[in-house]
Amino acid sequence: MLDLLSGFIVELRNAGLPVSLTENLDAMTAISHIPLEDREAFKYALGATLVKNHAHWRSFETVFEVYFSLRGPEYSITDGDGDGSIDDFLRQMQDAQMKGEGNGGAGGMDQLTPEELMNILMNALMNGDQAMMRALARQAVQRFAGMEPGRPVGGTYYLYRTLRNLDLDGMSEKMMEASRQEVGGELTKLEERLERDEYNHRIEQFKQEVEAEIRRRLVADRGAEAMAKTLRKPLPEDVEFMHASRDEMQNLKKALQPLTRKLAAKLARKRRHGRKGPLDFRNTVRHSLAYGGVPAEPKFKYPRPAKPELIVVADISGSVAAFARFTLMLVYALSNQFSKVRAFVFIDGIDEVTDYFKKTEDVSEAIQRINTEADVIWVDGHSDYGHAFEVFWDKWGTEINPKSSVILLGDARNNYHASQAWVIKEMKQKARKVYWLNPEPRSYWNTGDSIVGEYGVHTDGVFECRNLRQLEAFVEKLA
Amino acid sequence: MAPRFESVQQVRDGLKAVNYLADDGIAGVAFLADRLGKPILVEGPAGTGKTQLAKSIAEMTGARLIRLQCYEGLDESKALYEWNYKKQLLRIQADKNSDSWSDVHDDIFGDEFLLTRPLLEAITAEEPVVLLIDEVDRVEVETEALLLEILSEYQVSIPELGTITAKQIPMVFLTSNNTRELSEALKRRCLFLHVDYPQMDREKEIVLTKVEGITEMLADQIARIVRSIRQLDLKKAPSVSETLDWARTLVLLGLETIDAEQAKETLHVLLKYQTDIAKAAKELSID
Repeated sequence: MLDLLSGFIVELRNAGLPVSLTENLDAMTAISHIPLEDREAFKYALGATLVKNHAHWRSFETVFEVYFSLRGPEYSITDGDGDGSIDDFLRQMQDAQMKGEGNGGAGGMDQLTPEELMNILMNALMNGDQAMMRALARQAVQRFAGMEPGRPVGGTYYLYRTLRNLDLDGMSEKMMEASRQEVGGELTKLEERLERDEYNHRIEQFKQEVEAEIRRRLVADRGAEAMAKTLRKPLPEDVEFMHASRDEMQNLKKALQPLTRKLAAKLARKRRHGRKGPLDFRNTVRHSLAYGGVPAEPKFKYPRPAKPELIVVADISGSVAAFARFTLMLVYALSNQFSKVRAFVFIDGIDEVTDYFKKTEDVSEAIQRINTEADVIWVDGHSDYGHAFEVFWDKWGTEINPKSSVILLGDARNNYHASQAWVIKEMKQKARKVYWLNPEPRSYWNTGDSIVGEYGVHTDGVFECRNLRQLEAFVEKLA
Repeated sequence: MAPRFESVQQVRDGLKAVNYLADDGIAGVAFLADRLGKPILVEGPAGTGKTQLAKSIAEMTGARLIRLQCYEGLDESKALYEWNYKKQLLRIQADKNSDSWSDVHDDIFGDEFLLTRPLLEAITAEEPVVLLIDEVDRVEVETEALLLEILSEYQVSIPELGTITAKQIPMVFLTSNNTRELSEALKRRCLFLHVDYPQMDREKEIVLTKVEGITEMLADQIARIVRSIRQLDLKKAPSVSETLDWARTLVLLGLETIDAEQAKETLHVLLKYQTDIAKAAKELSID
């Protein structure tokens, strides 16, 4: 047990979770108070002692699944027939069939035709039958995934194969149809929406069961250490903007909101604290009353430093679009920390998009509109930093003043156009600060058509901004 | 000291008896906190019953609840202890002539002149207490250090009196809305519990227990609508307490089931931003 646990903790650390020695010891003590056969309690005992940040919970869960999924009787791998537990499931399944379609009589799960299997699955989903869903997930994996021991493919491949055969999207439609019939006629729109959410929720659960089953089988095949390594995913704050998958993007978006709250609080605090200003006479007299008119407790005015004005100029062409979106979202979520925020986007043409943010309170809606409506294409829709900067300087250059900080976002991959770096140089002379944020790893800078160095010499700093952590650090520095 | 709880199940049942529906995680962590003698750091969105958890545990164990509300600028004299200097002054003036200096000196730094604040009070209490340190993320990082001694050793050091050690280990809850990252030192000393919005079934149970005179049907509908709303991308997702407010509103209106029209008219109880309300109404097709 001790070996297993220390292996588990090493893996957590590898996954990026900061687990200290005392926390390790706490975990050891904690599990001695918990009945080991209770898997949920065991998980929470470890979670409460080892994971101190909710954003890390997902990583913890994955590692936990890998390490402890094969332990505990109800989680053992069954071969599909001749096993006690699966027989139980079969009996339940036949009951369900009687209730449902009435086409019972299937001898065992293996003999079911795919159509029958789908019917059973649909019934299970409609009734929200957990045990049944789990049994079906197993059956589905066994039948469709085509897993072979020792085959070097990832879990996602098997997942894809299984789900492709199940056609869950069609299933959701069929279920909606069935529930419409059940009511006899039309559902109101509200009811329909609620039903749909309910079914989607159940299908999601089923998918997770399938995923868990595949993982269990893979662990059995390859061993926990190897599996943990392949499943290791970066924590949300370490995901790279440029290579994030759709799922990771979703998670990033979720992580962004609490982050902005945190940053706003931090910035506000920073503004209020720190240096003391001149004597606040009024306040001092007010407080002197407690001491019989003796000004024993001098009070000071706190300086309120002026909020910076921000001009964001972002490249929104293909590869760096996600990064630009995130930065704009972050900046606008924090907009009350700045006296004024103006946003410009470009590919080879440039357009001001400040108004999009003004008209709506919903930042993501504004971003959506930028993607569809902003006029950013001049010739061919390939990044041309030089032209974009030149136009920017002509049209809005006069509005840069010593209070404004300019942030330029992009990878500076200019497709070998003219750089027009003089614009940046001029900008630097008029603005308070000019920063460049580059979402590419530092080692890629100035390779190929990237000319970030050429622009960079004229700025106050070029920052590598590949993930939320780096972006957060930069914004904090800025305000 | 004898543990307060026998098993996780007992915690759960006990909490249920005082109308707090805990899930496995909550009950499990509360149980562990008692066994390990460690504080619990409860984190999660606003209005998910973090503070209520501490109150319910106090009610369940029959302990006194001592609450320290944190705010910016909280200091030692508000959290730990303070010398009652006015009384000390009186004491010195009262017998100016009789006592020698050393008598007075020893005397004015005695228990009589000590004003206990929540933290010290929890430590010195004879009877069982539950200490709730609410919204700990509001204090500055430096003030957090105040808490460290009490959280790990259950003792307070007062320069004039020496170290005061707890007579019994209180249950300690710290709540945080996560507006800033708490220091590693603080986190290390605590068990961590994240309380999230409840699953639909649990939310329905909560509505049923907390709202009087609600029908099962209505509670089910409410829980389902709230779940759908929480999936939307909103400025502020409805919290459990807002769900309860909504449920109470609907009961007051004398409804047994809810339809689109009524949902739309009462949506402002659930959501607090105009854009959110518009969005939810549109998404749920009740516009």
